[in-house]
Amino acid sequence: MRIKEHPILTFPEKKKIWFTFNGQKVFGFSGDTIAAALHALGVMTLSHSLEMKRPRGFYCAIGNCASCNMIVDGIPNVRTCVVSLKEGMVVKTQTNKGDLNDI
Amino acid sequence: MLNKTGVPSLSLIKTKFPEQNKLFKAKAITECYEEIPCNPCSTSCPFEAITIGEDINKLPVVDFDKCTGCGICVYSCPGLAIFTVALKKEKAIFKIPYELLPYPKVDETWKAVNRDGLVIGEAIIKKVILKPKQDRTLLVEVEVDKNLLYDFITIKE
Amino acid sequence: MIFKDLVIIGGGPAGLSAAKIAAEAGVSCLIIERDPFLGGQLIKQTHMFFGSEKQYAKTRGLDIAKILIDDCLKHQDLIEIMTSTTVVGLYKDKVITTLHDDTYNKIKAKSIIVSTGASERFFAFENNDLPGVYGAGAVQTLMNVYGVKPADKVIMVGSGNIGLIVSYQLHQAGVKVLKVIEAASNIGGYKVHASKIRRIGIPIETRKTIKRAIGKDKVEQVEIVSLDDDWNIVDNSSEIIDVDAVCISVGLIPQRNLLSMIDIKTKFIKELGGIVPIINEDHQTSDKDVYVCGDVSGVEEASSAIVEGYYTGLIAARNLGKEHQDFKTLNIDYKNQLLNLRSGPFGKKTLKGLEIMKEDANVK
Ligand SMILES: Cc1cc2nc3c(=O)[nH]c(=O)nc-3n(C[C@H](O)[C@H](O)[C@H](O)COP(=O)(O)OP(=O)(O)OC[C@H]3O[C@@H](n4cnc5c(N)ncnc54)[C@H](O)[C@@H]3O)c2cc1C
Ligand code: SF4
Ligand code: SF4
Ligand code: FES
Repeated sequence: MRIKEHPILTFPEKKKIWFTFNGQKVFGFSGDTIAAALHALGVMTLSHSLEMKRPRGFYCAIGNCASCNMIVDGIPNVRTCVVSLKEGMVVKTQTNKGDLNDI
Repeated sequence: MLNKTGVPSLSLIKTKFPEQNKLFKAKAITECYEEIPCNPCSTSCPFEAITIGEDINKLPVVDFDKCTGCGICVYSCPGLAIFTVALKKEKAIFKIPYELLPYPKVDETWKAVNRDGLVIGEAIIKKVILKPKQDRTLLVEVEVDKNLLYDFITIKE
Repeated sequence: MIFKDLVIIGGGPAGLSAAKIAAEAGVSCLIIERDPFLGGQLIKQTHMFFGSEKQYAKTRGLDIAKILIDDCLKHQDLIEIMTSTTVVGLYKDKVITTLHDDTYNKIKAKSIIVSTGASERFFAFENNDLPGVYGAGAVQTLMNVYGVKPADKVIMVGSGNIGLIVSYQLHQAGVKVLKVIEAASNIGGYKVHASKIRRIGIPIETRKTIKRAIGKDKVEQVEIVSLDDDWNIVDNSSEIIDVDAVCISVGLIPQRNLLSMIDIKTKFIKELGGIVPIINEDHQTSDKDVYVCGDVSGVEEASSAIVEGYYTGLIAARNLGKEHQDFKTLNIDYKNQLLNLRSGPFGKKTLKGLEIMKEDANVK
């Protein structure tokens, strides 16, 4: 869900870029963070909690809380709310502490 | 009331209005009831009709004899707490700030809304002004029934 | 290792203002900012600000950010800017470790200004970890920075200025705000903001709180309850509402984790938002070469963060041997501006907090 019209802000057309989310090819826009692009696609679950495997979305959007950690290009624990989207990124939901052997 | 719901009582509202016989010309009504550090209404008025003073926490006081009803303070107030009103025969003409989409258009009939957000009648759009210096806050002139003088606050499509 | 006279950590209104004045005085400085852009909280504020002309009142927050950034760009010879760079370590010998992409760097400074702002408070209730429970600031970032609609139907928890303003901004973005609930008996923020959202049809209900969020993979409903004057839940007051997001705005906490790495003396001062570094009148911490300004030294407003930034930049420059040519006038002017901003009912809280702080600063 992108905002198209706004009384105060303008959102000029931006370059469309592709990336993959859990293996599926999807699109975001340049200037998006990974979490913003996913949210615009309706993806709200970004990770799962360690013990109970409960779904987690983002909470602070400014890199403070870690609830948006995902595996990006093979690297776990990436704070997707502050990392800019790049073409061809491989983004995966993280379901554990981020063990490197796991990927 | 104001502290719990954001809606001022009628008696409080009336303290901000001049005598009705002064309203043959538009006058600014500052619905600012609480001391906050803020003074653009006072510094933006070209006729020095609004006074706050050195301590910017003080409440604005309008000199209705100096106020020309020009509406500059209406779009300068960060709290969107000012409007102007004039009485013309059986009608009250308001100039209100507006920052929502869609924008109203001249001659359309919108709903007149009170401070509780409830529809209380009709509002005919008379003028819609948006100059660059207004910085994206619309100034909308609307005509409503005179008996809505103390109730009308904004419009809804 | 890079060497710098003055390093400013955090490029929000406080940090930018400090850099401007320090550069005017002739000090070369470095601003380090975690976000891809400067401006801190201001870049997502679409509303006009309060204050007086000196603090850019009636200008929209995002435009104030542009003014402050331009002021810094005018001193390109003296102000260096690193964005997308997080300070991850701070050491007693004034060495700073930064992280940019995957690269760590070390910078040694003579003086440091910490202006890292504040972060949003969490709030305990059942299922508060479900996707769809957001900090109000996060929602603002999503819609006003990235143009993404956060949800269709939301409930706002907390009626401080942030809760009220974000409700208004959600409405502007086409999101339905069902209501704002507040646990206290009165609205916390400015009444002009409250009236502004009430008239566009958003009810504000005091003495209510959220008991739990309901949903499987994301928030689908919330249960809210009424509270009595002793903050106990009123029997049979439960109400279930369909929502697709809950916005939490129950206050901010000064972000001082960097300061704890160098054992800066702190104190819990409720009036300033929690644990804050103890500072003297010159905004020096217990390490005299480390200064703080803005929300990290007590949660307030952008207007006061700007003036505190100017003031701290002025003092830090002088202590580095570069006295601003207008030092005396500016020194008095900034102090007066701060006093003026804080002299109303809302500012009293800050003044009280600063009084409590003084007791400790003097003991030192
Ligand atoms: C919804 C909302 C509405 C508001 N409305 C108003 C208003 O109407 N009027 C008003 O005066 N004020 C308002 N404020 C308050 C105002 O925005 C803040 O008080 C002000 O931004 C504080 O400035 P600061 O520079 O101290 O902190 P911030 O603006 O938070 O800036 C701190 C900066 O430091 C950076 N940072 C943090 N940690 C690190 C690190 N380790 N390394 C590198 N960088 C780091 C952050 O990314 C950030 O950019 C509002 C705030 C909000 C959230
Ligand atoms: S309407 Fe015009 S003259 Fe009257 S107080 Fe406002 S700015 Fe001044
Ligand atoms: S500008 Fe508006 S909010 Fe500020 S003091 Fe004047 S009337 Fe009150
Ligand atoms: S949402 Fe908090 S760190 Fe990303």
